[in-house]
Amino acid sequence: MGSESLTTPLHQNHCELSARMVDFAGWSMPIQYEGIVAEHLATRQQVSLFDVSHMGRLSFSGANAAQFLDRISTRAVMPIQPGKIRYSLVCRADGAILDDVLIYHLNSTDGESHYSMVVNASNRSKIVDWFRQQPDACSVHDRTLETAMIAVQGPEAIRLVSRWLDWDASSLPYYSGAYRSGDFGGLTVSRTGYTGEDGVELIVGADQASEVWETLMSLGAEQGIRPAGLGARDTLRLEAAMPLYGHELSESIHVAQTGLDFAIQCSGREFVGKSSILEAREKGGLPVRVGLRLEGKRPAREGCEIYHQATRVGEITSGTFSPTLSTPIAMAYLNESAAKPGTTLEVDIRGKRHSAEVCHLPFYQRA
Amino acid sequence: MKLEELLYADTHEWVLVEDQDAAKIATVGISKFAVEQLTDLVYIELPSVGTETQSGKEFGEVESVKAVSPLYSPVDGEVVEVNESLKDALETLNDDAYDGGWMIKVRLSDEASLSKLLDHAAYEKQCADES
Repeated sequence: MGSESLTTPLHQNHCELSARMVDFAGWSMPIQYEGIVAEHLATRQQVSLFDVSHMGRLSFSGANAAQFLDRISTRAVMPIQPGKIRYSLVCRADGAILDDVLIYHLNSTDGESHYSMVVNASNRSKIVDWFRQQPDACSVHDRTLETAMIAVQGPEAIRLVSRWLDWDASSLPYYSGAYRSGDFGGLTVSRTGYTGEDGVELIVGADQASEVWETLMSLGAEQGIRPAGLGARDTLRLEAAMPLYGHELSESIHVAQTGLDFAIQCSGREFVGKSSILEAREKGGLPVRVGLRLEGKRPAREGCEIYHQATRVGEITSGTFSPTLSTPIAMAYLNESAAKPGTTLEVDIRGKRHSAEVCHLPFYQRA
Repeated sequence: MKLEELLYADTHEWVLVEDQDAAKIATVGISKFAVEQLTDLVYIELPSVGTETQSGKEFGEVESVKAVSPLYSPVDGEVVEVNESLKDALETLNDDAYDGGWMIKVRLSDEASLSKLLDHAAYEKQCADES
């Protein structure tokens, strides 16, 4: 653990739970508590708590906030109704992906609606700088260090949060958020997550985080709640085929090749990267994001090359052993000619070829 | 198996050296501490019989959900037996790291590398420092 790592407001809780801590994007974070598979399955079957306070939390102010955000987002921001949250991408004019983000447009207690955003920890300072450099920038406030973020994920999550807040959290539609208040002060509850399960993410004041965590842990005991680390978060998001910045998304990947077309809205609006996206789509030929299932038990990892007979057709961006499916799974960028589901390919894992099949994404979808 | 009778590499492999028909045979596995550190094992790659192993060089790898970890040979010699049953029963390593969890048997070509290994007390101390 680097001595200069940032710690989240839940650091003491992790230490008490004997978490294994690692440095991640400049933060000391729990990679696992009792084990990745146990935490993964608890999230699929019951409920778990994740400290995701390392994620960047930004808020925006100024009369031009909506117009500005609309211009730097691949997805239209102007139509986001108060109470709603949308996944979007931020790219440069040349289509290079700067980050993938959640844009929140929430009603606040003052009766006004405000825009805020959750960005990747690894991109926080880059993205703040990028926004502030824009000629039409609104005011950007970095709230990361004054708040904490806790994800409550799993089939029991909504019932647990409802009991805790004495409020029917199931009334919150997916990708919606609301401010709530309680003994612990105010918080933002959103019906979002990064696991492929139902659940919420909570943004609370840094001073309240530990109390909120402990309350949820004890209230959730009868539902089998467990703390879960970044290791399980990664296997869960991979099964759900959610991209991870630095793997499926980066500045060397064009936004048009990610397959995230639901988050790219070109018609009737102008935004940074639009002309590059239209050009890339017209030209075609860029590798596409696919899923792979491997034969046997050996997981392929990021960087493993993929072959169709003697021809190199792509590279793995994330790979693991799926605890739910009990098989190795991976996401990769493949040449379009080899990317059809059902195609049999070979993955080179440290010099040995292993058979793999292109499959439809996601690998896991909750019932 | 008495853990006090084993030798240990600082990379967490254990070695049992026995005399067999005028040769010295080293049985090699990884310690319970190593298994607990790795957690969630899913795959093991072991060498085939006849492979030459060298002290400090990789003889295989073990892979968890999170990451791959090399297995380092603590001895010099030739692999004479491989525990093939481990491949489909990795849980053996969790339950029985020192008996059922053995990985390879090596006919020693040179005993010099044994002097670099740790005894049980020294290895226990290393584990305490690492945890």
